[in-house]
Amino acid sequence: MLNDDVDEKLTSEVVPTIANSHRFQWEEVQNCHVILYPEGMVKLGDSSAEILKLCDGKNDVTAITNILQQQYPDAELDNDIKKFLEVAHENGWIKYK
Amino acid sequence: MKTAGSNTNKVNPPLWLLCELTYACPLQCPYCSNPVEMANFKKELSTEDWIRVMREARKMGATQLGFSGGEPLTRPDLEELIAEARQLGFYTNLITSGLGMDEKRVAAFKKAGLDHIQVSFQASSADLNDLIAGTDAFEHKLEMARAVKKHGYPMVLCFVLHRQNEPYVREILDLAVTLDADYVELATTQYYGWAFHNKDYLIPTREQLANAETVTKEFQEKLKGKMKIFYVIPDYFEDRPKKCMDGWGAIFLTITPDGLALPCHAARQLPGLELPSVQDHSIDWIWNDSPDFNKFRGLDWMKDPCKTCPEKEKDLGGCRCQAFMLTGDATNADPICSKSPHHQSVVDTVEDIGRLAGTPELEEKPVLFRNMKNSKEIIKNKAPESV
Repeated sequence: MLNDDVDEKLTSEVVPTIANSHRFQWEEVQNCHVILYPEGMVKLGDSSAEILKLCDGKNDVTAITNILQQQYPDAELDNDIKKFLEVAHENGWIKYK
Repeated sequence: MKTAGSNTNKVNPPLWLLCELTYACPLQCPYCSNPVEMANFKKELSTEDWIRVMREARKMGATQLGFSGGEPLTRPDLEELIAEARQLGFYTNLITSGLGMDEKRVAAFKKAGLDHIQVSFQASSADLNDLIAGTDAFEHKLEMARAVKKHGYPMVLCFVLHRQNEPYVREILDLAVTLDADYVELATTQYYGWAFHNKDYLIPTREQLANAETVTKEFQEKLKGKMKIFYVIPDYFEDRPKKCMDGWGAIFLTITPDGLALPCHAARQLPGLELPSVQDHSIDWIWNDSPDFNKFRGLDWMKDPCKTCPEKEKDLGGCRCQAFMLTGDATNADPICSKSPHHQSVVDTVEDIGRLAGTPELEEKPVLFRNMKNSKEIIKNKAPESV
């Protein structure tokens, strides 16, 4: 099924990974990153794409936040990242490991 | 961006390429959307033609690719086409009955890069499934659904709903749970092609629909986050039309087995189309410049009641094929709309079905199964009129 880990909560130690059924890729013509899944596509904004690039099965949420915080030192990213990951998880784009 | 005719708006690129690889199919479903004259179109595009079509559409920006038919598994070059599509960066969907596949082929498709397999079922029991399919298919479908999951694909189960199987929506969804489907599409029969001929056999009753909606909602709640269930109310029961294909020449590009480019898979029947072939034209020209793809694009083609309707951008006048089939003129408003002067005929049809369902007058009418023999028969009977 879509998320075997449906009851799992997002914590700092969770390692978010793009779901098997989904593909995350750059689309030249659309000029943006997209998520592709059975018979559908979602276009992503730059900040969403920056987060998903780091959902590679290696980084936990703390690492993702630290990496992005270094790139954008003036922004308060912690909550935005968590919120986005929760939405992405709810939509089945990512799995928690 | 190139424009054509009076269409001065920027044309967005196609996002969906539907490759109808063949009209051949071991199933005979009476709701098939393929043209009833399919026996006339036996010539199929070559592997090289399909590869060129995929390359050109991908270059324009298409991301989703569907292999359908007929039954796409009848093409021995399917593995090769999948590999090319995936290498081009498409998200590749195989839309299949499961007949013509074994576990070895499921594995070979995976190796070739196939992203997703949609397996169709006709019903939740072998008896009804095989009656509708016109062949023994149910057990093999179960086996293939299990193989699809085993090999790590996301699995969409598709059930086309109509009066014969609509009462069994609970059993259908139970089956989907048992098979561990990721998505379930409770597709509503669209009355084109064979389905239009078999309307009396297929159109559900209001009571059936109300029940199906209640059961579906119950499962959607229960399975939230586990299984996505798509269910759409058939438009014969609505008073506003659907934004068909998300707009003519807006997202979808269908290529028929013999190489015609269509803005939707039912458009082949519309009169006045030139039906450009991919063997004569580039995909770029077909999409951006061909008269066909500009014919009903946007809003300029409309006449009243659509032309002056405040909702025209919302539904774009509905479905051109339905307008043609039910009113004889493809530029009319889709008669599903209560603003259409033809709407009463749709209301009458639904009421007739409700009144006659379960009576021999309706239930014992002959069903026209989708097969080449019946197609030839239809062509033969039509021929004198066209001479």
